[in-house]
Amino acid sequence: MKVHEYQAKQFFANYGVPVDHCILCRSAAEAVEAYKKLGVDTVVVKAQVHTGGRGKAGGVKLAHNADEVEKYANQILGMTIKGFVVDRILVTEAAHIASEYYVSILVDRKIKQPIIMMSREGGMEIEQVAKVSPEKIVRVPIDPIVGLPDYLARDAAYNLFDDIKLVRQCAAVLQKLYKLFVEKDASLVEINPLVLTKEGTLLAVDAKMTFDNNSLFRHPDVLELNEPTPEEKVEQDAKSKGFSYVNLGGDIGCMVNGAGLAMATMDMIKLYGGSPANFLDIGGSSNPQKIVEAMKLLTSDKHVKVVLINIFGGITRCDDVAKGLIEAFQEIKTDMPIVIRLTGTNETEGREILKGTHFHVAHTMSEAGKMAVELSK
Amino acid sequence: MSVLINKDTRVIVQGITGRDGSFHAAKMKEYGTQVVGGTSPGKGGQNVDGIPVFNTVKEAVEATGANTSIIFVPAPFAKDAMMEAADAGVKLIVCITEGIPVMDAVVAHQFIRMKGANLIGPNCPGLISPDLSMVGIMPTNIFKKGHTGIISRSGTLTYEVVQNLTSAGIGQSTAIGVGGDPVVGLYFEDMLQLFQDDPDTDSIVIIGEIGGDAEERAAEFIKEKVSKPVVAFIDGREAPPGKQMGHAGAIITTGAGTAAEKIAAFKAAGVPVAMETCEIPVLLKEKMNQK
Repeated sequence: MKVHEYQAKQFFANYGVPVDHCILCRSAAEAVEAYKKLGVDTVVVKAQVHTGGRGKAGGVKLAHNADEVEKYANQILGMTIKGFVVDRILVTEAAHIASEYYVSILVDRKIKQPIIMMSREGGMEIEQVAKVSPEKIVRVPIDPIVGLPDYLARDAAYNLFDDIKLVRQCAAVLQKLYKLFVEKDASLVEINPLVLTKEGTLLAVDAKMTFDNNSLFRHPDVLELNEPTPEEKVEQDAKSKGFSYVNLGGDIGCMVNGAGLAMATMDMIKLYGGSPANFLDIGGSSNPQKIVEAMKLLTSDKHVKVVLINIFGGITRCDDVAKGLIEAFQEIKTDMPIVIRLTGTNETEGREILKGTHFHVAHTMSEAGKMAVELSK
Repeated sequence: MSVLINKDTRVIVQGITGRDGSFHAAKMKEYGTQVVGGTSPGKGGQNVDGIPVFNTVKEAVEATGANTSIIFVPAPFAKDAMMEAADAGVKLIVCITEGIPVMDAVVAHQFIRMKGANLIGPNCPGLISPDLSMVGIMPTNIFKKGHTGIISRSGTLTYEVVQNLTSAGIGQSTAIGVGGDPVVGLYFEDMLQLFQDDPDTDSIVIIGEIGGDAEERAAEFIKEKVSKPVVAFIDGREAPPGKQMGHAGAIITTGAGTAAEKIAAFKAAGVPVAMETCEIPVLLKEKMNQK
């Protein structure tokens, strides 16, 4: 789950990570007010959207007086950045930058531990740095049972600074950031850039946080900040019914049990020249109500012309699934062509039950794929 | 022989009084797995399908000599369950539970490693050595004893592949679902090594998917250390970037973790990659004949 910069900065502030003075605004008038309140000459007006590349899109502007603040606020509010409409801006005090650094914490899947990623090349896209000069990125693994005691934090901080005063300041930032990362179950905390000001202090001028979806049950304060896009809204609604759903834009709707098999099904449709409408994993059991719900979800997508149901009856027996399908389709009543492929335990009995129905019954996955593609033409 | 589990494996079921725990405990027992006990705090002294229930894993291990545990407890409590098993001296911990916070898996995994034990999962279907033992939730009837090792990040897709292999007359030594989460225990390289060293395994099928770079590393590992024939399948070729495809770990992030990269890595390592599941037995037979 993503949050906005201003929300991430609030988490930072709560954990004592130094952030710049900033005020969230929803109109140009509010922005001018904020400028006066901050009481500094120069401010930055920043679009608040759930995507990167705001600067390139013209969503970040330096303003030197109230007129400029108003002008930029008007420009940025309502602007569309990578499909996101800007409805909020952040007015922040412009820092006196001496140098810029990069710091983030995330879990490294390979070593199965959190790592601190650090670079003296701050302010640039880290993916770019990784591509062009990977040697400039340092990765410091953290043993999750040990955490980040002073000596390890200092050790890490030496990667960015040579002066002990700054090393100590940076070590404290790293410790607070790690505490935040762990306590809020973040999947990423990132400061880019971490600024060393001309006054000699460290400041998070930007802040990015994403959260582990699996942990949201224990973080109501994070969940409150959830702002799904219309697409994510559909996915989250599906999730609450026990489904995993992703729209793919094609015309063959897929209903599969198991995420791996669901991906293989959409890949196969494409392989046979068709176009999958979605990824849909309906999970382990295949009771009639679940199938009804899944069909509602599929048919709510107006592009769907054919539905392919691919069920591997492992623990759930195919004859039970077949009975469930018949029961479900008595309730659904659709004239859309339905291809069903049932395999696994009691598959012969299952297919026997489906004989004589309006379903197109396939034996193998390939056969089902070919049938569905044919029907979609 | 087989890897990780065999007929001497003694299993306890953590969360045995729950719906899934009791159901699968009975299924495993029916298959011939030695299910020697279960745990459920506060329900010690009861029994489920003739299997004794204990309050703690420590008690269960002391009373039964269990060396393996399978976990069905709900996600918020799974970290604790994994750590309890490791602390009680269980050497192989199989966590079926889905939806565990990543940092919980990270901490539990590190603790298990410290205790010298192995973790499989979380968010996995477990493993099976056909005719010897099954520790998981797999439909046992599709498996056939044989000499091909199966390593997979998925559940039902593994069954699909196994069914294809079995009907083509290719049996399995051990089949393992390593789990669909970003952080799980034993992974491709560990399993490749085990299968390479197992005298009863003569070939390997590896089923990867989008997200992370484990397949790329596996390809590298195969090139250097695996002499047995390997065939691969990569799931999620049509997955859009930035979307989580059911498994928490199946996500393409900023251009990394795509199917194309993984397929290229395997091909570069001389590992044939099937474009659909039914191609796997064909490619495997070809590869075996080349040898």
